[in-house]
Amino acid sequence: MAVITLTSANFEEEVLKSDVPVLVDFWASWCGPCRMLGPMVEQVADESDGSFKVGKLNVDDEGDLAEKYGIMNIPALKVFKGGEIVKESVGLIPKDKIKELLSV
Amino acid sequence: MADIVIIGAGTAGLSAAIYALRAGKSVIIFEQLAYGGQIINTPEVENYPGIKSISGFDFAQGLYEQAVALGAELKFEQVTGIEDGAVKKVKTSGGEYECGAIILATGAKNRPLGLDREQELIGSGISYCATCDGAFFKGRAVAVNGGGNTALEDALFLSNYCSKVYLIHRRDEFRGEAKQVEKLKTKENIEFVLNSTITELVGDDELSGVKVLDKVSGESRLIEVDGLFIAIGQMPENAAFAPLITLDGAGYIVAGEDCKTNVEGIFAAGDCRTKTVRQLTTAAADGAVAALAACAYID
Repeated sequence: MAVITLTSANFEEEVLKSDVPVLVDFWASWCGPCRMLGPMVEQVADESDGSFKVGKLNVDDEGDLAEKYGIMNIPALKVFKGGEIVKESVGLIPKDKIKELLSV
Repeated sequence: MADIVIIGAGTAGLSAAIYALRAGKSVIIFEQLAYGGQIINTPEVENYPGIKSISGFDFAQGLYEQAVALGAELKFEQVTGIEDGAVKKVKTSGGEYECGAIILATGAKNRPLGLDREQELIGSGISYCATCDGAFFKGRAVAVNGGGNTALEDALFLSNYCSKVYLIHRRDEFRGEAKQVEKLKTKENIEFVLNSTITELVGDDELSGVKVLDKVSGESRLIEVDGLFIAIGQMPENAAFAPLITLDGAGYIVAGEDCKTNVEGIFAAGDCRTKTVRQLTTAAADGAVAALAACAYID
Protein backbone atom coordinates (compact mmCIF):
# COMPACT_ATOMS: atom_id res chain seq x y z
CA MET A 1 0.00 0.00 0.00
CA ALA A 2 1.12 3.52 -0.69
CA VAL A 3 2.21 5.79 2.13
CA ILE A 4 -0.40 8.46 2.97
CA THR A 5 0.80 12.03 3.37
CA LEU A 6 -0.90 13.15 6.56
CA THR A 7 -2.09 16.70 7.15
CA SER A 8 -4.49 18.40 9.54
CA ALA A 9 -7.10 18.03 6.77
CA ASN A 10 -6.99 14.23 6.56
CA PHE A 11 -5.56 13.16 9.93
CA GLU A 12 -8.91 12.48 11.56
CA GLU A 13 -10.28 10.52 8.62
CA GLU A 14 -7.14 8.56 7.77
CA VAL A 15 -5.77 7.96 11.29
CA LEU A 16 -8.24 8.55 14.10
CA LYS A 17 -11.22 7.00 12.31
CA SER A 18 -9.28 4.22 10.60
CA ASP A 19 -10.65 0.68 10.88
CA VAL A 20 -7.13 -0.72 10.88
CA PRO A 21 -4.01 0.31 12.86
CA VAL A 22 -2.03 3.20 11.36
CA LEU A 23 1.72 3.66 11.65
CA VAL A 24 2.53 7.38 11.63
CA ASP A 25 6.08 8.55 10.87
CA PHE A 26 6.75 12.06 12.25
CA TRP A 27 9.67 13.44 10.26
CA ALA A 28 11.37 16.49 8.74
CA SER A 29 13.48 16.97 5.63
CA TRP A 30 16.46 18.41 7.55
CA CYS A 31 16.69 15.43 9.90
CA GLY A 32 19.23 12.88 8.62
CA PRO A 33 17.98 9.91 10.68
CA CYS A 34 14.42 10.67 9.47
CA ARG A 35 15.54 10.48 5.85
CA MET A 36 17.30 7.20 6.60
CA LEU A 37 14.20 5.78 8.29
CA GLY A 38 11.84 6.97 5.52
CA PRO A 39 12.64 4.29 2.92
CA MET A 40 12.26 1.56 5.56
CA VAL A 41 8.83 2.90 6.54
CA GLU A 42 7.88 2.93 2.86
CA GLN A 43 8.99 -0.70 2.48
CA VAL A 44 6.81 -1.66 5.46
CA ALA A 45 3.89 0.12 3.75
CA ASP A 46 4.57 -1.74 0.50
CA GLU A 47 4.42 -5.02 2.38
CA SER A 48 1.04 -4.25 3.99
CA ASP A 49 -1.73 -6.67 3.06
CA GLY A 50 -4.30 -4.08 4.09
CA SER A 51 -4.30 -5.04 7.77
CA PHE A 52 -2.56 -1.75 8.58
CA LYS A 53 -1.91 1.64 6.97
CA VAL A 54 1.19 3.81 6.97
CA GLY A 55 1.30 7.60 6.95
CA LYS A 56 4.03 10.23 7.03
CA LEU A 57 3.59 13.51 8.84
CA ASN A 58 6.01 16.36 8.15
CA VAL A 59 6.45 18.20 11.46
CA ASP A 60 7.42 21.45 9.72
CA ASP A 61 4.26 21.53 7.63
CA GLU A 62 2.03 20.18 10.41
CA GLY A 63 3.43 21.80 13.54
CA ASP A 64 0.09 21.76 15.34
CA LEU A 65 -0.28 17.99 15.02
CA ALA A 66 3.34 17.45 16.09
CA GLU A 67 2.69 19.59 19.15
CA LYS A 68 -0.62 17.88 19.90
CA TYR A 69 1.13 14.51 20.03
CA GLY A 70 3.99 15.87 22.13
CA ILE A 71 6.72 15.26 19.58
CA MET A 72 10.08 16.15 21.13
CA ASN A 73 12.35 13.87 19.12
CA ILE A 74 12.29 12.85 15.50
CA PRO A 75 12.11 10.49 13.81
CA ALA A 76 9.16 9.36 15.95
CA LEU A 77 6.90 6.46 15.05
CA LYS A 78 3.48 6.08 16.62
CA VAL A 79 0.90 3.38 15.99
CA PHE A 80 -2.72 4.52 16.29
CA LYS A 81 -5.51 2.03 16.85
CA GLY A 82 -9.09 3.10 17.45
CA GLY A 83 -7.93 6.72 17.62
CA GLU A 84 -5.43 6.03 20.43
CA ILE A 85 -1.66 5.65 20.44
CA VAL A 86 -0.93 2.02 21.28
CA LYS A 87 2.78 1.76 20.46
CA GLU A 88 5.56 4.28 19.87
CA SER A 89 9.27 4.59 19.37
CA VAL A 90 11.80 7.38 18.82
CA GLY A 91 15.00 7.44 16.82
CA LEU A 92 16.28 5.36 13.97
CA ILE A 93 15.28 1.70 14.34
CA PRO A 94 15.75 -1.29 12.03
CA LYS A 95 12.97 -2.42 9.71
CA ASP A 96 12.06 -5.53 11.72
CA LYS A 97 11.53 -3.32 14.79
CA ILE A 98 9.21 -1.10 12.77
CA LYS A 99 7.19 -4.19 11.89
CA GLU A 100 7.16 -5.25 15.54
CA LEU A 101 5.44 -1.96 16.42
CA LEU A 102 2.56 -3.05 14.19
CA SER A 103 1.96 -6.33 15.99
CA VAL A 104 -0.96 -4.81 17.90
CA MET B 1 31.46 -17.64 0.05
CA ALA B 2 32.46 -13.98 -0.11
CA ASP B 3 36.06 -12.82 -0.36
CA ILE B 4 35.57 -10.16 2.29
CA VAL B 5 32.87 -9.62 4.89
CA ILE B 6 32.60 -6.10 6.26
CA ILE B 7 30.76 -5.55 9.51
CA GLY B 8 29.21 -2.08 9.65
CA ALA B 9 28.02 0.18 6.82
CA GLY B 10 29.27 3.53 8.06
CA THR B 11 31.96 5.61 6.41
CA ALA B 12 34.78 3.15 7.20
CA GLY B 13 32.83 0.06 6.11
CA LEU B 14 31.50 1.55 2.88
CA SER B 15 34.92 3.00 2.00
CA ALA B 16 36.46 -0.43 2.58
CA ALA B 17 33.81 -1.96 0.32
CA ILE B 18 34.62 0.50 -2.49
CA TYR B 19 38.34 -0.30 -2.33
CA ALA B 20 37.82 -4.07 -2.08
CA LEU B 21 35.33 -4.14 -4.94
CA ARG B 22 37.58 -2.07 -7.17
CA ALA B 23 40.33 -4.58 -6.40
CA GLY B 24 38.05 -7.26 -7.84
CA LYS B 25 36.94 -8.91 -4.60
CA SER B 26 33.40 -9.93 -3.70
CA VAL B 27 32.01 -8.17 -0.65
CA ILE B 28 29.14 -8.66 1.78
CA ILE B 29 28.43 -5.86 4.25
CA PHE B 30 26.38 -6.49 7.37
CA GLU B 31 24.55 -3.62 9.03
CA GLN B 32 22.16 -3.86 11.96
CA LEU B 33 20.42 -0.49 11.63
CA ALA B 34 20.87 1.73 8.57
CA TYR B 35 23.79 2.54 6.32
CA GLY B 36 25.73 5.75 6.77
CA GLY B 37 26.77 5.50 10.40
CA GLN B 38 27.07 8.47 12.72
CA ILE B 39 27.53 11.07 9.98
CA ILE B 40 23.81 11.01 9.10
CA ASN B 41 23.20 13.05 12.27
CA THR B 42 25.40 15.90 11.05
CA PRO B 43 23.52 18.58 9.09
CA GLU B 44 26.57 20.07 7.35
CA VAL B 45 29.94 18.42 6.83
CA GLU B 46 32.49 21.10 6.05
CA ASN B 47 35.80 19.39 6.80
CA TYR B 48 35.95 16.61 4.23
CA PRO B 49 38.74 17.57 1.82
CA GLY B 50 37.51 18.33 -1.67
CA ILE B 51 33.90 18.87 -0.63
CA LYS B 52 33.14 22.37 0.59
CA SER B 53 29.84 21.51 2.21
CA ILE B 54 27.52 18.53 2.16
CA SER B 55 24.84 17.21 4.49
CA GLY B 56 25.78 14.07 6.40
CA PHE B 57 22.81 12.31 4.86
CA ASP B 58 23.83 13.16 1.30
CA PHE B 59 27.40 12.10 2.03
CA ALA B 60 26.19 8.74 3.38
CA GLN B 61 23.81 8.29 0.47
CA GLY B 62 26.62 8.95 -2.02
CA LEU B 63 28.92 6.44 -0.33
CA TYR B 64 26.18 3.83 -0.27
CA GLU B 65 25.28 4.30 -3.93
CA GLN B 66 28.93 4.16 -4.92
CA ALA B 67 29.47 0.87 -3.06
CA VAL B 68 26.26 -0.70 -4.39
CA ALA B 69 27.01 0.37 -7.98
CA LEU B 70 30.34 -1.46 -7.68
CA GLY B 71 28.54 -4.62 -6.59
CA ALA B 72 28.45 -4.52 -2.79
CA GLU B 73 25.85 -6.73 -1.18
CA LEU B 74 24.35 -5.07 1.91
CA LYS B 75 22.50 -7.29 4.35
CA PHE B 76 20.54 -5.85 7.26
CA GLU B 77 21.48 -8.49 9.81
CA GLN B 78 23.05 -8.24 13.24
CA VAL B 79 26.40 -9.98 13.64
CA THR B 80 26.48 -12.13 16.76
CA GLY B 81 29.97 -13.58 16.48
CA ILE B 82 32.94 -14.43 14.29
CA GLU B 83 35.19 -17.51 14.02
CA ASP B 84 38.77 -17.74 12.84
CA GLY B 85 40.14 -20.49 10.62
CA ALA B 86 41.41 -21.18 7.10
CA VAL B 87 37.90 -20.07 6.14
CA LYS B 88 36.51 -17.45 8.50
CA LYS B 89 32.91 -17.54 9.67
CA VAL B 90 30.50 -14.72 10.50
CA LYS B 91 27.36 -15.55 12.46
CA THR B 92 24.41 -13.20 12.13
CA SER B 93 20.76 -12.93 13.06
CA GLY B 94 20.09 -14.29 9.55
CA GLY B 95 22.52 -17.18 9.30
CA GLU B 96 26.16 -18.12 8.99
CA TYR B 97 28.50 -16.85 6.27
CA GLU B 98 31.96 -17.94 5.17
CA CYS B 99 34.64 -15.60 3.90
CA GLY B 100 38.35 -15.16 3.32
CA ALA B 101 38.86 -12.02 5.41
CA ILE B 102 36.86 -9.86 7.79
CA ILE B 103 36.88 -6.10 8.27
CA LEU B 104 35.33 -4.87 11.51
CA ALA B 105 33.92 -1.39 11.00
CA THR B 106 31.37 -1.27 13.78
CA GLY B 107 31.87 2.38 14.65
CA ALA B 108 30.65 3.83 17.90
CA LYS B 109 27.36 4.98 19.36
CA ASN B 110 26.27 7.77 21.66
CA ARG B 111 27.41 7.25 25.22
CA PRO B 112 24.53 7.42 27.70
CA LEU B 113 24.90 9.16 31.07
CA GLY B 114 23.88 5.96 32.78
CA LEU B 115 21.32 7.61 35.05
CA ASP B 116 18.03 6.12 36.21
CA ARG B 117 15.14 6.65 33.75
CA GLU B 118 17.43 7.93 31.00
CA GLN B 119 16.14 5.39 28.47
CA GLU B 120 12.47 5.91 29.28
CA LEU B 121 12.77 9.71 28.98
CA ILE B 122 14.21 9.59 25.45
CA GLY B 123 11.49 11.28 23.45
CA SER B 124 10.13 12.97 26.58
CA GLY B 125 12.88 15.50 27.11
CA ILE B 126 16.09 13.55 26.58
CA SER B 127 17.83 13.68 23.23
CA TYR B 128 21.23 12.79 21.76
CA CYS B 129 20.69 14.89 18.62
CA ALA B 130 20.31 18.64 19.07
CA THR B 131 20.04 19.31 15.35
CA CYS B 132 17.17 16.79 15.07
CA ASP B 133 15.22 17.79 18.12
CA GLY B 134 16.28 21.33 19.07
CA ALA B 135 13.44 23.01 17.23
CA PHE B 136 10.86 21.27 19.44
CA PHE B 137 12.21 23.20 22.40
CA LYS B 138 11.66 26.65 20.93
CA GLY B 139 11.32 29.25 23.65
CA ARG B 140 12.01 26.75 26.42
CA ALA B 141 14.96 26.14 28.74
CA VAL B 142 17.27 23.24 27.98
CA ALA B 143 20.59 21.82 29.12
CA VAL B 144 23.50 20.36 27.18
CA ASN B 145 25.86 17.95 28.90
CA GLY B 146 29.40 17.50 27.65
CA GLY B 147 32.65 19.32 26.89
CA GLY B 148 33.66 18.29 23.39
CA ASN B 149 32.93 19.86 20.02
CA THR B 150 29.54 18.20 19.74
CA ALA B 151 28.40 19.67 23.06
CA LEU B 152 29.67 23.13 22.07
CA GLU B 153 27.99 22.97 18.66
CA ASP B 154 24.78 21.74 20.26
CA ALA B 155 24.77 24.61 22.78
CA LEU B 156 25.30 27.18 20.04
CA PHE B 157 22.61 25.65 17.83
CA LEU B 158 20.10 25.47 20.69
CA SER B 159 20.81 29.06 21.77
CA ASN B 160 19.14 30.15 18.55
CA TYR B 161 15.85 28.49 19.52
CA CYS B 162 15.73 28.16 23.28
CA SER B 163 15.10 30.77 25.94
CA LYS B 164 18.00 29.47 27.98
CA VAL B 165 20.78 26.93 27.47
CA TYR B 166 22.73 25.53 30.41
CA LEU B 167 26.01 23.97 29.30
CA ILE B 168 26.90 21.44 31.96
CA HIS B 169 30.43 20.06 31.95
CA ARG B 170 32.30 18.03 34.55
CA ARG B 171 35.54 19.99 34.16
CA ASP B 172 36.38 23.69 34.07
CA GLU B 173 37.95 23.49 30.62
CA PHE B 174 36.48 22.33 27.34
CA ARG B 175 37.98 19.65 25.13
CA GLY B 176 36.29 21.30 22.14
CA GLU B 177 37.67 24.11 20.01
CA ALA B 178 38.59 27.35 21.82
CA LYS B 179 37.09 29.40 18.99
CA GLN B 180 33.73 27.74 19.57
CA VAL B 181 33.90 28.41 23.34
CA GLU B 182 34.52 32.11 22.64
CA LYS B 183 31.45 32.19 20.41
CA LEU B 184 29.33 30.67 23.18
CA LYS B 185 30.51 33.31 25.65
CA THR B 186 29.00 36.03 23.48
CA LYS B 187 25.55 34.43 23.72
CA GLU B 188 23.48 35.98 26.48
CA ASN B 189 21.20 32.98 26.91
CA ILE B 190 23.96 30.43 27.48
CA GLU B 191 25.01 29.75 31.06
CA PHE B 192 28.12 27.70 31.78
CA VAL B 193 27.72 25.18 34.60
CA LEU B 194 31.27 23.92 35.06
CA ASN B 195 32.90 21.37 37.36
CA SER B 196 29.46 19.86 37.62
CA THR B 197 27.85 16.49 37.01
CA ILE B 198 24.22 15.56 36.57
CA THR B 199 23.19 13.25 39.39
CA GLU B 200 19.46 12.89 38.79
CA LEU B 201 16.84 13.30 36.08
CA VAL B 202 13.71 14.94 37.47
CA GLY B 203 10.19 14.74 36.07
CA ASP B 204 7.18 12.46 35.88
CA ASP B 205 6.10 11.66 32.31
CA GLU B 206 8.35 14.32 30.87
CA LEU B 207 11.67 15.72 31.98
CA SER B 208 11.26 18.86 34.11
CA GLY B 209 14.77 19.34 35.42
CA VAL B 210 18.17 17.94 36.31
CA LYS B 211 19.92 17.77 39.67
CA VAL B 212 23.46 18.98 39.35
CA LEU B 213 26.35 18.53 41.76
CA ASP B 214 29.05 21.20 41.81
CA LYS B 215 32.18 19.18 42.50
CA VAL B 216 34.14 22.18 43.82
CA SER B 217 31.62 23.59 46.28
CA GLY B 218 29.99 20.22 46.98
CA GLU B 219 26.60 21.86 46.57
CA SER B 220 23.69 20.30 44.73
CA ARG B 221 20.99 22.26 42.92
CA LEU B 222 18.01 21.68 40.68
CA ILE B 223 18.09 23.26 37.22
CA GLU B 224 14.64 23.42 35.65
CA VAL B 225 14.75 22.44 31.99
CA ASP B 226 12.36 20.79 29.52
CA GLY B 227 15.12 19.23 27.49
CA LEU B 228 18.50 17.62 28.11
CA PHE B 229 20.86 17.06 25.19
CA ILE B 230 23.51 14.49 26.04
CA ALA B 231 26.80 14.89 24.17
CA ILE B 232 29.39 13.15 26.33
CA GLY B 233 31.02 11.21 23.54
CA GLN B 234 30.78 7.82 21.98
CA MET B 235 31.32 4.23 22.97
CA PRO B 236 32.18 1.20 20.87
CA GLU B 237 30.15 -1.99 20.54
CA ASN B 238 32.57 -4.83 20.02
CA ALA B 239 31.63 -7.32 22.71
CA ALA B 240 30.49 -9.87 20.10
CA PHE B 241 34.09 -10.26 18.85
CA ALA B 242 35.82 -10.80 22.21
CA PRO B 243 37.76 -12.79 23.31
CA LEU B 244 38.94 -13.76 19.80
CA ILE B 245 39.72 -10.11 19.05
CA THR B 246 41.67 -8.14 21.63
CA LEU B 247 39.83 -5.05 22.92
CA ASP B 248 41.19 -2.27 25.10
CA GLY B 249 39.72 -1.31 28.46
CA ALA B 250 37.13 0.94 26.85
CA GLY B 251 36.02 -1.74 24.38
CA TYR B 252 37.85 -0.46 21.28
CA ILE B 253 39.54 -3.02 19.02
CA VAL B 254 43.30 -2.91 19.52
CA ALA B 255 44.74 -2.12 16.08
CA GLY B 256 47.25 0.39 14.73
CA GLU B 257 47.28 2.51 11.59
CA ASP B 258 47.73 -0.69 9.56
CA CYS B 259 44.27 -1.74 10.82
CA LYS B 260 45.56 -5.19 11.80
CA THR B 261 44.00 -6.87 14.81
CA ASN B 262 45.61 -9.65 16.83
CA VAL B 263 44.13 -12.19 14.38
CA GLU B 264 45.54 -12.53 10.88
CA GLY B 265 43.03 -11.75 8.18
CA ILE B 266 40.74 -9.81 10.53
CA PHE B 267 41.05 -6.04 10.33
CA ALA B 268 39.52 -3.09 12.17
CA ALA B 269 38.64 0.18 10.45
CA GLY B 270 37.21 3.49 11.63
CA ASP B 271 35.94 4.62 15.01
CA CYS B 272 35.78 1.07 16.41
CA ARG B 273 39.56 0.76 16.71
CA THR B 274 42.05 2.35 19.09
CA LYS B 275 43.06 5.75 17.69
CA THR B 276 43.26 9.36 18.74
CA VAL B 277 41.46 11.11 15.88
CA ARG B 278 37.96 9.94 14.95
CA GLN B 279 36.85 11.90 11.90
CA LEU B 280 35.15 11.23 8.60
CA THR B 281 38.50 11.43 6.81
CA THR B 282 40.20 8.98 9.18
CA ALA B 283 37.28 6.54 8.85
CA ALA B 284 37.52 6.68 5.06
CA ALA B 285 41.31 6.31 5.22
CA ASP B 286 41.01 3.26 7.49
CA GLY B 287 38.55 1.75 5.03
CA ALA B 288 41.11 1.95 2.24
CA VAL B 289 43.96 0.63 4.39
CA ALA B 290 41.93 -2.29 5.79
CA ALA B 291 40.48 -3.24 2.40
CA LEU B 292 43.84 -3.34 0.65
CA ALA B 293 45.37 -5.27 3.55
CA ALA B 294 42.50 -7.75 3.38
CA CYS B 295 43.02 -8.15 -0.39
CA ALA B 296 46.73 -8.80 0.17
CA TYR B 297 45.89 -11.36 2.88
CA ILE B 298 43.53 -13.30 0.57
CA ASP B 299 45.96 -13.23 -2.36
